[in-house]
Amino acid sequence: MTITYWLNGKKATADVAPGLMLYDFLRSQGCYSVKCGCETTNCGLCTVWVDDVPMLSCALLAVRIDGRHVTTLEGLQDEAKEFAFYMGREGADQCGFCNPGFVMNVLAMVRKLDAPTEEEIKEFLSGNLCRCTGYMSHMRAIKAYFKAKGKEVRA
Amino acid sequence: MNIAQYTKAASLEEAWELNQNRSAVVLGGCCWLRLSPQRRIAQAIDLSALGLDQIEEGEDSFRLGAMVTLGQLEGHDGLAAFTQGAMKEAVRHIVGTQFRNMATVGGSISGRFGFSDIWTLFLALDAQVELYKGGIVSLADFGQTGPGKDIVTHIIIPKKACQTAYDSLRLNETDFPVIAVAVSADAENVRCAIGARPARAEVVRLPAADVRRQGLEGAAKQIAHSMTYESNMRGSADYRQDMAVVLCRRLLANVLGGDQ
Amino acid sequence: MEYKAINHVVAKKDSQALVTGQPVYTDDLRPKDCLIVKALRSPHARAIVKKVNKSAAEKVPGIVCIVTAEDVPQSRFTIAGQTYPELSPYDRLILDKQIRFVGDPVALVAGTNEDAVDKALRVLRVEYEVQEPLLDFTKALDNDIVVHPEDNWKPLVDVGGDNKRNLVAQACDEHGDVDAVLASSDVVIDRTYHTRQNQQGAMETFRAYAYKDAFGRLTIVSSTQVPFHVRRVVANALEIPKSKIRVIKPRIGGGFGSKQTVVMEVYPAYIAWLTGKPAYMIYSREESMTVSTPRHESQIRVVLGASKDGHIRGIFLDSLWNAGAYGEHTPTTVTLSGHKSIPLYNAAEAFRFSYTCVYTNTIAAGAYRGYGATQGLFALETAVNELAAALHMSPVALRLKNMVRQGQVLPAYFNETALSCTLDKCLERVVQMSGWKDDCPRQVLSNGHIRAIGIATAMQGSSISNVDVASVTIKVNDDGFYSLNIGATDMGTGCDTILAQIAAECLMCPVDNVVTYGVDTDTSPYDSGSYASSTTYLTGNAVVKTCQSLIQRMKERAAVKLGAANVDDLEFDGKAITDLSTGKKITLKDLGNDAMFMNDIALEATESCYSPTSPPPYMAGAATVDVDPETGHISLVQYDAVVDCGTVINPALAKVQTEGGIVQAIGMALTENIQYTPSGRLQNNSFMQYRMPTRMDLGQINVEFEPSYEPNGPFGAKSIGELVIDSPAPAIAHAIYNATGIWLRDLPMTAEKLYKAMQL
Repeated sequence: MTITYWLNGKKATADVAPGLMLYDFLRSQGCYSVKCGCETTNCGLCTVWVDDVPMLSCALLAVRIDGRHVTTLEGLQDEAKEFAFYMGREGADQCGFCNPGFVMNVLAMVRKLDAPTEEEIKEFLSGNLCRCTGYMSHMRAIKAYFKAKGKEVRA
Repeated sequence: MNIAQYTKAASLEEAWELNQNRSAVVLGGCCWLRLSPQRRIAQAIDLSALGLDQIEEGEDSFRLGAMVTLGQLEGHDGLAAFTQGAMKEAVRHIVGTQFRNMATVGGSISGRFGFSDIWTLFLALDAQVELYKGGIVSLADFGQTGPGKDIVTHIIIPKKACQTAYDSLRLNETDFPVIAVAVSADAENVRCAIGARPARAEVVRLPAADVRRQGLEGAAKQIAHSMTYESNMRGSADYRQDMAVVLCRRLLANVLGGDQ
Repeated sequence: MEYKAINHVVAKKDSQALVTGQPVYTDDLRPKDCLIVKALRSPHARAIVKKVNKSAAEKVPGIVCIVTAEDVPQSRFTIAGQTYPELSPYDRLILDKQIRFVGDPVALVAGTNEDAVDKALRVLRVEYEVQEPLLDFTKALDNDIVVHPEDNWKPLVDVGGDNKRNLVAQACDEHGDVDAVLASSDVVIDRTYHTRQNQQGAMETFRAYAYKDAFGRLTIVSSTQVPFHVRRVVANALEIPKSKIRVIKPRIGGGFGSKQTVVMEVYPAYIAWLTGKPAYMIYSREESMTVSTPRHESQIRVVLGASKDGHIRGIFLDSLWNAGAYGEHTPTTVTLSGHKSIPLYNAAEAFRFSYTCVYTNTIAAGAYRGYGATQGLFALETAVNELAAALHMSPVALRLKNMVRQGQVLPAYFNETALSCTLDKCLERVVQMSGWKDDCPRQVLSNGHIRAIGIATAMQGSSISNVDVASVTIKVNDDGFYSLNIGATDMGTGCDTILAQIAAECLMCPVDNVVTYGVDTDTSPYDSGSYASSTTYLTGNAVVKTCQSLIQRMKERAAVKLGAANVDDLEFDGKAITDLSTGKKITLKDLGNDAMFMNDIALEATESCYSPTSPPPYMAGAATVDVDPETGHISLVQYDAVVDCGTVINPALAKVQTEGGIVQAIGMALTENIQYTPSGRLQNNSFMQYRMPTRMDLGQINVEFEPSYEPNGPFGAKSIGELVIDSPAPAIAHAIYNATGIWLRDLPMTAEKLYKAMQL
């Protein structure tokens, strides 16, 4: 099937099989930031935005992006670099394999939540598993990043 | 995934016609499509162009399009107020925000999953299912029949003045429930739905006066013991039954007031 | 001591690349024209493959080769990533007709695309002679069912094993007359604990690709912790010379010990060797959970004898260890269950540590962070808490009375001396942090929930003494920047950065002036690999030693340039070398550039080291739990931890190591369950069914350090990576006891188990 879509702001068309998953399609388009960790929708590593809404590319059929805007971390490099400063300072990047999906969801969260509590942050990101960090350093990095963005994290 | 033909239906009639094919599948959020990778789908039907992604709040009811996502349910102020937060409580444990941005009400209801939080809450809310050809049926009846070759277009939640509460037990926060209970009470009646037994939720209706007369503990036992429980990886039948009593009692106290 | 480069937070050198999603992992780098390799796996736990009918599968367009047990080399090998002398038995073939667990491979299929391979797998027909499996490890020894009946089962070292008895290893170690001590003790407790297999759960599943290079050699790019062991294991499996193999490690998406076993590299390597074509294999999550090597299941009996006033006089610890279908890491992990637990109570007059390791038809276990110490410490620390309850004594006071102290000789730890130990301070501090009070570690909240605190301590080692070898090469380049070439593998832990910090401290330069390269077995200096808590300690020592040699070489070259009569008169200050007798100096930059012009002194040094000791790091942990007594639901409100890892090289990374280890252990303690069907199939085979902690499951984790100074470590450092997984399970068990009066001795401690125990 032929689909027309925007990938990181650029309009493109592609011919895709109806059973192709968006995850496989995006990697075939060179978006190597998109990772797969589980195959059962539980890990969040494959998170991308479709029309600015974070979704799991491993469970989304590529045909469904027809007419829609897809954003991967390749398209958010400036923001990713900014957040990377806070992640690096906390040592929160660790093995890094879960980072792109996690960062995609954090960048969606910073747009959506204004003055979240820590509990709201945890809930927003609960679909992003990480086996290295134990999550605490993520929270420290997020709080510092929110502060830098002029946003508050409530206790 | 092995999908031979994919059609974004231009009308419900087209969707319905395509769905008469024996191995046609109506797609929801597709979240668990990949759990059966060997499955071959001759005809996939996409409803996303049919405007079924709206929550319509009317005088007497909420009408939820089949393509409304769980994330929309979670964030809807009207539903939050109507259910006193039970809607969010029933949804917020489901996998993660990205998943809930994809999973649809229609998919959750059509799947008739035993572990479904949505099923459990909607049963207690006396929800109805609107089918393209079959018209409006109660959720409980839909549970028996499923969609068949028809297409679920909407879920209707009647707006009766009621107090509602939801609770569940889980191995961890984003797991399937070990047991899930929803209670909704209006002036006369109490409806208590228990899901993840692990079979699909069932609902029991009792006059509120009966509950008060028996006491919360007695009523909770009567309700919970009227259903059957089985064991699976997440819990044994007897644990589930005991927990159904505990959660039922707590939620009855919550909606009726009074001492636990 | 004021340090410049170490003891400071430095962001990992790869953090920008990782957080911004650069393509640095195995799957991102692989050639796109690789053959895709997959395995056909047995659905039976025990069976004999009678026949594989390949004819339909071979006809599938795109299929390049299908191999079965008849085709593969017949010498047995182990896939455990361990140093010579290898203690794990040689009990594997690439493909074996005898099936030993659900998922054992029957055939390898390689094709030009995944669809073709999947189709071929569907049409391969296998005829099995299905046999009754042996699933219960408590009944395995001398069972009629023999998991490894073969005659060419081969242990390289005698560890007491006998395959005909299902016995992988067996031994006993003792000091003093423990029976007499126990018999004369005022109070004796005798308890048995059960821990299950646990999944390491690294986010990147197992994957590797292999290709032949211009010299006809086989290059393997793998997500591994042990590149040098991959080289040996593949050479053994394929029966080809090690000189024919090169192994490269890119960035790794987590390991936790799982990638200390050469779980699957052999398969794509074999296909690439056979076909001459590049071959790639990636494990699905299900494969990663069903055919890799989880933590060993254990049943551990602990007998403690104490005087009325709380002197722990005798310790008997007996471990029964489930190897599963193959023996990887079995003879070694089991030893840590006693050797890394009993020494904590060094006041004991006598101890005995015995163990038995058995084969069963379950998943072959392997290495997982903690490496056996985790199981032993859950058992011993819970037993000590049970003893405190029996003595009506504070578990804190009981520990302070009996615990290992700095300067003591440790009979239960190979008579090593504890040269660095602040465990007492760790415990005292964690008590303050948690708000523990001996008279009231329990509080009933207004909602009826009970909040209570539990305590545990832990130790581990730092490298394997007298075994592990670490080597480092450092060279001076143009303008005086340094290349640090290591064989240790950064798997996200940050060792590429930590080792650069140590080098920068020695060479008195900014960390950015040291670039780290690792690992390529053709060019990297030998390192046992990143496991056994060895990298910061042992490879760190090798860095220090190499820097010393390098500085000497730099001085030799500077002496030539400066016309200095005596190298000993030269002083290196990080920026320049000065002849103190003449005042003449040459800058590092000039020295580096000059080395490329009319020079016969290589500005490069390589040093190796091993350690005669394995200095234990220590930890004290306190768990605060919230128990709903009506449902048994347990939630972790707070975990406080105080760690003695010697000098902290990078405080941010040490803290994250600690937090990460604690959370893995919380999963092990509360939710990560392993359930087999009666026929031996693992049900918890995905992240949907195997419940690792999410961030919503956790309260606050507070980490502090009580640094000691380890004289054998680099700048006083010891290890940290494994230690930190050891204290949570016993601390949580203790907290649950303080809340409810119930000891849960079988992990995981689920709500249902607690509820049912409370009903009794």
